[in-house]
Amino acid sequence: MAGGALAGRTPDRMAYWQALDSGRLLLMAAAAMLVAAAFVGVATHHAGQVNLRAALAFGGFIAVGELLRLALPGGREAAPVAMVGAMAYALLLALPGAKPGQQELINFDALLVIAVAAIGMTVGALPHVAAGRSAGLTGMCTRLIAVACVAFIFRPIVSLGLPKQRWELAFAIMAVLLVFGWLIETTIGALIRADDVGARFSVAIRDEMRLQWPLGLAVGASVIITVFSTKVMGLMELAVFIGPLLVTQVAFRRYAGIRATYLQTVRSLARVTEVAGYVEEGHSRRVSRLSVAVGRGLGLAEPQLLALEYAALMHDIGQLSLRDPIPGGATIQVSRAEQEQIASYGAAVIRKAGVLDDVAELVRCQSWPARGHDPEPPLGSMIIKAANAFDDMVGGSMDRDRSAAALDRMRLDPVQFDAEVVAVLGEVAGRRVPSRL
Amino acid sequence: MVSRAARLYIGLVVVLTALLVAAASMAPARGTWGLMPPATMTGPVSMPLFALITLQCLFLVCDSVDTPLTARQTKWSPSSAATLAAVVLLGPLAAAFVGASSLLSLRRQLRVPERMFNGAMHALSGLAAGVAYLVVGDWLARRFDVPVVAQSGKHVPLNDVALVGLPDTGHFRIIIIAFAAAAAVHVLANHGLIWGVYRLNRGTGMLRREGLESSLSLLLASDFGYACLGLVIVSLWDIMSWFSAVLVLVTLFVARWAMGQFAEQQRAYAETMSALCQAVETKDFYTRGHGDRVSRGAVMIARQTRMSADRTDAIRYAGMLHDVGKLGVPTQVLQKTGALTEEEFAAIQLHPMRGLEIVREIGFLYEALNGIMHHHERIDGRGYPMGLAGHEIPEFARIIAVADAFDSMTTTRSYREAKSIDVALDELRRGAGTQFDPRMVEAFIAALDEDEWPLPPEPAGKPPDPTTVTVQDHDDPTAPLRIVEP
Repeated sequence: MAGGALAGRTPDRMAYWQALDSGRLLLMAAAAMLVAAAFVGVATHHAGQVNLRAALAFGGFIAVGELLRLALPGGREAAPVAMVGAMAYALLLALPGAKPGQQELINFDALLVIAVAAIGMTVGALPHVAAGRSAGLTGMCTRLIAVACVAFIFRPIVSLGLPKQRWELAFAIMAVLLVFGWLIETTIGALIRADDVGARFSVAIRDEMRLQWPLGLAVGASVIITVFSTKVMGLMELAVFIGPLLVTQVAFRRYAGIRATYLQTVRSLARVTEVAGYVEEGHSRRVSRLSVAVGRGLGLAEPQLLALEYAALMHDIGQLSLRDPIPGGATIQVSRAEQEQIASYGAAVIRKAGVLDDVAELVRCQSWPARGHDPEPPLGSMIIKAANAFDDMVGGSMDRDRSAAALDRMRLDPVQFDAEVVAVLGEVAGRRVPSRL
Repeated sequence: MVSRAARLYIGLVVVLTALLVAAASMAPARGTWGLMPPATMTGPVSMPLFALITLQCLFLVCDSVDTPLTARQTKWSPSSAATLAAVVLLGPLAAAFVGASSLLSLRRQLRVPERMFNGAMHALSGLAAGVAYLVVGDWLARRFDVPVVAQSGKHVPLNDVALVGLPDTGHFRIIIIAFAAAAAVHVLANHGLIWGVYRLNRGTGMLRREGLESSLSLLLASDFGYACLGLVIVSLWDIMSWFSAVLVLVTLFVARWAMGQFAEQQRAYAETMSALCQAVETKDFYTRGHGDRVSRGAVMIARQTRMSADRTDAIRYAGMLHDVGKLGVPTQVLQKTGALTEEEFAAIQLHPMRGLEIVREIGFLYEALNGIMHHHERIDGRGYPMGLAGHEIPEFARIIAVADAFDSMTTTRSYREAKSIDVALDELRRGAGTQFDPRMVEAFIAALDEDEWPLPPEPAGKPPDPTTVTVQDHDDPTAPLRIVEP
């Protein structure tokens, strides 16, 4: 889908090194140390006992998975197929032996798992780099660390004789370890993301988990299937099983794609008010960016932020009912009654879509005063009201004095503008934070 | 409603299936063709009946929670994995029984003929897949004469060994190829049989597969991909028997969840688009619903000219959005009743460009952009904004131009009443070759024969009196705002 490629980029198009922060550096350093240790360890101690066919098969599988990365909503990137390959290799129990009726027990070291996963991921990432896309180092390092943690716990258990036990025992241990690995991946992802977009970690981790659990579940089940199935079918299983995995991935890809297209379309169509001369150029986008930043600062979760972004983009759509544009498009300069009428007309338009009722509600209440209105306006509406007023006063200018004056004016009006919202608005107004929804 | 031909067809399929199943179950013991694998097999399934029931349950669960594959009618279920697992574990006849359990599907809304047909169809596909599996497997074993050793340690040549049953590790090389053939036959048989109903029953309610062609390749690929899970179940059966079905179900349900999300988003997207376009249209009293109707007309032409599914989707949105640029044209010009001055006409001529400006950033609309920008070009080169002629005009624009003109003629305007469909079609024919692409006009006329055209309702209420349209001085903030009722 066309939207997918766009979603991964920050709107500001930062150069890659600019996006490097201490958290990322730490992550990469940890991964680099793991890989270095793995190569040294494999080369010095285990070179003789490597099952080359298995290493190649799983390494290839991981490379294919890394090549077919998946863009998830919110500019996230996942590589579920690579994860299945790497985790299955970490948890591998046995392969059919060369002689009939025999099984070759797999008893390699965790270091080998890390080395194979690292090589597979790198090979799979090369075409991305060649095509001019981001290498996705952060995601690769995160996956590698999760795999390493699982392998370091599981491989010693295997050498204690796990493959000879009942399958239920192996299954239970694997299930627990897969959840553990998933938690590591999600936590690192949430830490990085919270840092990127300026969200609270507690909110970011919940967002991450809510978004990642279906994929995590599919990956976990697929890993267990692969581990047990290769015991019987051998390495050919990887060739068979990649079919259904890819179909599942296509389903996820289509989902993420249509979501990105949706957002893109609303962003574009929100510009109708600008083209028609109802509002100033760029107003909808600035208001939506500000609103999302403020919402994040106030700890809103991602679904609410998405509704807020849609509502902020379309907050002026009610003006289409006006015979002619308001001078300058500034809604703060017309009477309260008219503002409310415009807002409720806009809400009616959005409600017609049938699927955006929460967005319509935010638009409907956007002109209500923060205090003394019955019922109280929702937080999202208060945010839009403040962001809208701020942009009407400051516009696209980056002049600090102007924005300080605007903020002062809003602070003096605690009935209209919620004090907390204005405080956060003051913090985020100068920053340029990617919205990344 | 089921058409007579379709009834006959369903009856035929059911009878044929019953006969074939009966014949197969009576076939003299090649063993593998029967329900119960013979005890002499290398790796018999320890409890065949239990396996059969488990697979039937798996089939039913998959079949009962089918997934909307697109926002439209196509439904899809990954039940083939169960049937194909039965092919390998228990043989063709068992596969037919697994398929036949579709009769008991938990989908309540299914009526008896639909259940009969589904059961027969799945049974027949299962049987066909099973036969294909045995034939290909036998042939491969003979061709390559692979000496295979059973788990017991005895040497047994494969062509003698049942391909059916718990497979031995050494057999997998042949089994995989035979299984791929079986999966392909299953997918083709399944879709072929459904296609028959669809053809015979077009236009009636049952098994409507509108939009099927739009996702056929994806559907076939998904079916084949998930059919592979059948072999995974087979390989896991020895270790964890019924639990393998549970593991497979988990992956299937996640896929289903993602597809459901996709369909939901797609529906939400279409509805949001439509609502936003309606909002745009409120500005012009006479053009309510114009975008929706042009979109519909453009899609009708696109289908008639056998345009690909993706492009049909794109033209749907292009039609909806083709006039979005009118927002940039001052209201009093749009609603003016008299002749336009040169300046006013220039403003109107600019609207395709303004529309382009708005939708340019919508990523997937690549081709639709051309349609929006050039929908007022004429075949003879006298249109606007660029004055393109003939095939220089993008296909989308030629299609939209026809639907656009037709809808505008059949709706009431401030200066005239609506024309009848026949009169409007005559106008289109007259314009073919000068204003319109004759191929598109023909396609539209043909499409109108097959499908109904939604005539717009008469504009409700009185149109605003043009003499009262006051021009607001945009420097005067005290001038009252006028609200058009939505």
